[in-house]
Amino acid sequence: MSEANGILIVGELIDARLSSVTSELLNAGGQLAASLGQPLYAVLLGTNLQNAAQEAMSNGASKVFLAEHPLLNEEQVEAHVTALQQVAEQVQPSILLIGRTQLGRELGPRLAFRLRVGLAQDAVALTVEPGTQRLLVTRPVYGGNALAVVTMKRKPQIVTVRPKVFEAATNDKTTEGELVRVAVEIPNSVVRSRVVERVAQETAGVKMEEARVVGGGGRGLGGPAPFAELEKLAKLLGGAVGASRPACDAGWIDPRFQIGLTGKTITPELYIAVAISGACQHMAGCSGAKVIVAVNHDTEAEIFKQARYGVVGDWRKIVPAFTEAIRELVS
Amino acid sequence: MNIVVCGKIIPASTVTIELDPNTKRMVRKGVTHELDPAAASAVEEGLRLSEKHGGAVTLVTMGISEVTIGIRNALAMGVASAVHILDDAVAGSDTLGTAKLLAAAIKKQPFDLVLCATESSDSYSGIVHGQLAQLLGIPALTFAKEVTADGGRISIHRQSENGYDVVESTLPALVAVSSGINEPRYPQLKGIMAAKKKEIKVYTAADLGLAADQVGEKGAREKVLTIGRPPKREAGKVVTDEGEGGKQIADFLAEIKVI
Repeated sequence: MSEANGILIVGELIDARLSSVTSELLNAGGQLAASLGQPLYAVLLGTNLQNAAQEAMSNGASKVFLAEHPLLNEEQVEAHVTALQQVAEQVQPSILLIGRTQLGRELGPRLAFRLRVGLAQDAVALTVEPGTQRLLVTRPVYGGNALAVVTMKRKPQIVTVRPKVFEAATNDKTTEGELVRVAVEIPNSVVRSRVVERVAQETAGVKMEEARVVGGGGRGLGGPAPFAELEKLAKLLGGAVGASRPACDAGWIDPRFQIGLTGKTITPELYIAVAISGACQHMAGCSGAKVIVAVNHDTEAEIFKQARYGVVGDWRKIVPAFTEAIRELVS
Repeated sequence: MNIVVCGKIIPASTVTIELDPNTKRMVRKGVTHELDPAAASAVEEGLRLSEKHGGAVTLVTMGISEVTIGIRNALAMGVASAVHILDDAVAGSDTLGTAKLLAAAIKKQPFDLVLCATESSDSYSGIVHGQLAQLLGIPALTFAKEVTADGGRISIHRQSENGYDVVESTLPALVAVSSGINEPRYPQLKGIMAAKKKEIKVYTAADLGLAADQVGEKGAREKVLTIGRPPKREAGKVVTDEGEGGKQIADFLAEIKVI
């Protein structure tokens, strides 16, 4: 068997375009490729992949593998794993990067299992160890209470990478990339669960993950109604509303607004944490915010150790006053 | 419908986590444990399904002797019996080693459905259930925020980026539930008393047919080189609200030109 070579990025598409996470992986992978002196590759799965392949090349991929199959247009994990296994066995990369998205979180473990290799989940930093050329992966463990640096014994070294940790690649590369079609076989027997319906719950206003300002509510709000108060504030600032896991678990707000280790990662200019204690699981999803301000009744709340400005008191009084003061400032 | 719940028992949420620089792992020995709230949701879902469709619920878990308290809790909730993988040789197992042990223990009884949490509240890797499904050769339905069974089929609402998908498969299958799927019941006195008489089977890796080099640190394909505390953000100013708190935040944000 030839020596494993190259960094392979598993691309994800949104409306036939590269997802932002894919672009971030191409940037991260490009840096690893440069320090290892290895090529940067991407693999795209689905149909009608031409435009996205061009995007991947302008983002730095020197070779783009196309696994074309209609089943790969669905978020069907087994079909994706089967296809990726075949691509990985043909390409034999030394490193394989997957976004830690809903699909990626499922692909990583299954692919590692099939290829009989290890896996590092939820990377927040990637470096190459001088000398050994091993990949060193930094990942949060124990609910964000600790950071571990791990290595993997076999190749490919598979890593799922947390979204929004790396900048997106710039699309200015002039690489004359090569397109390689890989004939993937996906037997029908592989697909044992099917998506029978997709229900989209549209959100009015700005998307939380892209908002410049996010107002987050936690357990201390005590119910669903107070989120309307946060909504008012967020709207005034052109922002969006989010929540901690306890608030979502209690059913006060839909889980798609959950910020944290299990939920989404946000990187706004301003995060307003209201009645949120600041457990590390939550902070893992919002520590990329430029400025955090917090309102909590508990002087000892962990959130005050992380906020630029904190007010101890009753959110019922503070948030409406804050909203009023903002209204005056912006008018 | 026979249901196996794979659930983890972890240091209680009130415990401050200590890191052992030698093993590079969390200190678990001598620490108070509890049934992971995420696992409790899987137990609850299993109990609800068995109340509706019949069949027994078995808990399968792995851990040091400190986890017994959590096993008793699940039994008191209504789980019929438990399997405890207890062996010093399995310490330091990576996710695949863990999945191999769980799979071998699950195979020792008939099952139609395996329920897991999406991820544990301590390690948060979210890897084991995927590997487990591969090892058991059954489909995995994940991020479930609603589960319904009907004859030989299972259907879930799978949380998606902007809503949910309805996903179906035949049984046997594995379902990983989201933490908010239900409100786990509190054990009642009757359940607590009954739990004392319920069976906990204890297995070692050898009992499960796994050699020492397949599990524990020796069998791991990933290696932790270093472990440490994450960098903290610098704490800023904290004031107590005396009627001006809301305005003070606004003024601060204006001052640093965020708004």
